[in-house]
Amino acid sequence: MAPSTAEDTFPKLLIRNAQIFAQRPAYRHKDLGIWRAWTWSQVHEEVRALALGLSALGLKRGDKLAIIGGNRPRLYWSMCAAQSLGAAPVPIYADSVAEEMAFILDHAEVTIAVVEDQEQVDKILSISDRLARLSHVIYDEPRGLRNYDHTRLNWIDDVQKLGRERLAADGKQWWEASVGEGKGSDLAVILYTSGTTGQPKGVMLTFENLIVSAVNANRFDNLGRQEDVIAYLPLAWVGDHMFSYAQPFTAGFCVNCPESPETVAENRREIGATYAFAPPRTYENLLTLTMVRMEDASRLKRAAFNYFIGLARRWGEKILNGEKVPLHARLMYRLGDLLVYGPLRNRLGVSRVRLAYTAGEAIGPEIFRFWRSIGVNLKQLYGQTEASVYVTAQPDGEIYADTVGKPNIDVDVKVAETGEVLFRSPGVFAGYYKEPEKTAETKTPDGWVRTGDAGIIDAKTGHLKIIDRAKDVGRLNDGTLFAPKYLENKLKFYPNIREAVAFGDKRDFVCVMLNIDLTAVGSWAERNNVVYGSYQELAAHPLVYAMLAGHVAEVNRSLAQEPAMAGAQIRRFLILHKELDPDDGEITRTQKVRRRFIAERYAPLLTALYSGASEADIATEVTFEDGRKGVLSARVKIRDVSPIPASAVLDKAA
Amino acid sequence: MRAPTRQQIAAGEVLLSVDDVSLAFGGVRAVTGVSFDIRKGEIRAIIGPNGAGKTSMLNVINGFYQPQRGRITFKGQTRSRMRPYEAALGGIARTFQNVALFKGMTALDNIMAGRTLKMQRGFLWQVLRVGPALSEEMENRLLVEQIIDFLKIQHIRKIPVGKLPYGLQKRVELGRALAMEPDLLLLDEPMAGMNIEEKEDMCRYILDLNEHFGTTIALIEHDMGVVMDLSNRVLVLDHGVKIADGTPAEVQADRAVIDAYLGVSH
Repeated sequence: MAPSTAEDTFPKLLIRNAQIFAQRPAYRHKDLGIWRAWTWSQVHEEVRALALGLSALGLKRGDKLAIIGGNRPRLYWSMCAAQSLGAAPVPIYADSVAEEMAFILDHAEVTIAVVEDQEQVDKILSISDRLARLSHVIYDEPRGLRNYDHTRLNWIDDVQKLGRERLAADGKQWWEASVGEGKGSDLAVILYTSGTTGQPKGVMLTFENLIVSAVNANRFDNLGRQEDVIAYLPLAWVGDHMFSYAQPFTAGFCVNCPESPETVAENRREIGATYAFAPPRTYENLLTLTMVRMEDASRLKRAAFNYFIGLARRWGEKILNGEKVPLHARLMYRLGDLLVYGPLRNRLGVSRVRLAYTAGEAIGPEIFRFWRSIGVNLKQLYGQTEASVYVTAQPDGEIYADTVGKPNIDVDVKVAETGEVLFRSPGVFAGYYKEPEKTAETKTPDGWVRTGDAGIIDAKTGHLKIIDRAKDVGRLNDGTLFAPKYLENKLKFYPNIREAVAFGDKRDFVCVMLNIDLTAVGSWAERNNVVYGSYQELAAHPLVYAMLAGHVAEVNRSLAQEPAMAGAQIRRFLILHKELDPDDGEITRTQKVRRRFIAERYAPLLTALYSGASEADIATEVTFEDGRKGVLSARVKIRDVSPIPASAVLDKAA
Repeated sequence: MRAPTRQQIAAGEVLLSVDDVSLAFGGVRAVTGVSFDIRKGEIRAIIGPNGAGKTSMLNVINGFYQPQRGRITFKGQTRSRMRPYEAALGGIARTFQNVALFKGMTALDNIMAGRTLKMQRGFLWQVLRVGPALSEEMENRLLVEQIIDFLKIQHIRKIPVGKLPYGLQKRVELGRALAMEPDLLLLDEPMAGMNIEEKEDMCRYILDLNEHFGTTIALIEHDMGVVMDLSNRVLVLDHGVKIADGTPAEVQADRAVIDAYLGVSH
């Protein structure tokens, strides 16, 4: 149900939902092995109590409330509680180290923080001497915190109790008046983007931004109150904010919070989510896991799996797209659905999924097609925090593996002469918090936003295609186009390769650094009697090198078939001795590689790749989870791969 | 219940006292004339070089070994002989140096097994799962779920423990011991074979359960950092003889302890 213009903030939507969806479930949380549900009217009561409690602790209009932790109902409610008082929530990535947290807490001028548990409390206490403004820390999970000094520390239950006391007095009218004061143009949330360079920036989104975008998205995909979603992505990510907060509040559907981060897949299956949203990595990991498990299955099962997956690759997508398919293929696919695809979808927890989105990064075309071929309506979406997520999305029936779709409702998209994609929409952010220069760099005076992504509009379909980050697209010395991400994605399609970093801009040829996937390669090692003691040892194993050299050669073969890319084949590669890690700043919290940083950090390796050396020594500093540092050193081998001439492929094809 | 402070423990009630206990296997003297006590609510570490008699001491406490000499007083009752199941009924639970779980059973069933002694209904009732047996099962399941939540092992609830990595098996074993709601929990090298991260997690669990449930804990551990951080008092054994007993700081400064660990130059 679309909100009328009267409900222009989330707290107002909450009051509306408590009336029209009163007894429908709004949030569920699995705790002590049991799903516990709250209806919209219960959530209304909980949020009100929390808001009154927060107000008693001093939270007022214009303040900022940090939210740090996993996907728990009370953390979502804290957002709404803050908004009902005119304060803005600032969700922070729960796996940030204390240092990163200190920056955001200070920059956003946070006065109260609502956190999940002792781990987060400890982190905040360790930096509290630098945060003069921070007056209270509120926690959801009391375990281990009993003996802490509670002068500035509060259990969320106690805060709600405080609120309920106030409610008995004059709280109800006061709170409703406070909600009434909110306007659609008010600041709703500040989401700090992880940023591939420099300090994170606080993206300010207004209620209008989020609510209009959510309503349009609900309309685009026909989402209603009957949906069920699993909330498992970081609260600080705009995707989760849209998907587990803005969309359910506007459409009235139910958000399900998993028991723990490890049980997401199991919990998704139990709930039977109908709408899913995940970065490509999730789909990739699930596929890798499936493939690895199938390797261990009995011969009969493996044969059936391979046969029917082959069949699905051929016909599945066409059937899903509603194209014309011969009758025998339809029948065989039906049989495959009974024997393989259905059970597999059930296993993956997507049996009831009507619509699944992938966003955040390009997805490997093979992975994308695999999911669609087994009957999951996976679609691509292109969005940004600055756009309140939605820029483009693929409408049903217009799905192409290499595009990100058409502009969403009310969104305008254009490609600048430089190749950069620009958009204009009701979701365009208000600005970066306390950084007007950066806002001006990103937003043009006439309201367009620079995405920083290079793309093209496909002439045939009218869909947008994203090639790479605008600043990352480069050229080899001979002028050949070099789109590193394009190469990396091709490599990452192989389950054995977890991460790839390509170099080639202003160089003579292309080189890559690879990370092996410990699950996939570890399982392979087990089956092939390869003994190893650590990631480092396995990564340096000659047989692993030989296997990956095969993958690189295959990528070269596929590049050779594309005239524009044939010159950008990979000539040399190496396997890094450690996994790229967000704690070391090598990848962002959303798992994007920071190519420039890696080039600096592994400079000796990069030099060796281009000097023709067959190995190189490297010592890198690593940060452990508790913040301690250590040094990891290794000798890394380099492999040459011969390029495949473009003509050879053509000859073979002919 | 609030975890007691050091002063409270020092003045606190004695839960278990060991008086002049000696244990020998033939000619091998595992423990010789050792006396010490464990006070209510404390974390008591037993340390010492290999073969010092630490595990033997735990085995004596929970009735697995019968000492040839000496007395043990637990909750005010003095005894010289006791069987392990009597110790269990009396409120002593333990984990083992080498994990001892039912490998084919799920983590949940293993922990439920820890509740066996608390289940009152007869076998037939339990098989039928009706009436009082069902409500009893549900009450016990709730407690087990709280333990699962406490140890953060929800994701392995239904997995046979044999398939689990070692660190998780150790956690399940701790869970089973906790399911007995013990007055005294004996942990034999709870962190053996764990990596730094797993050790830190385990430390957290031990401290939390001491604080949260007020469980008295006696533990054997080799990692000195862990011992010094965790325990209220430390007992040091060497060749079956008590060589020191006191707070971590006192023990660390003790000449005999330094000699036992680093060797003495004569």
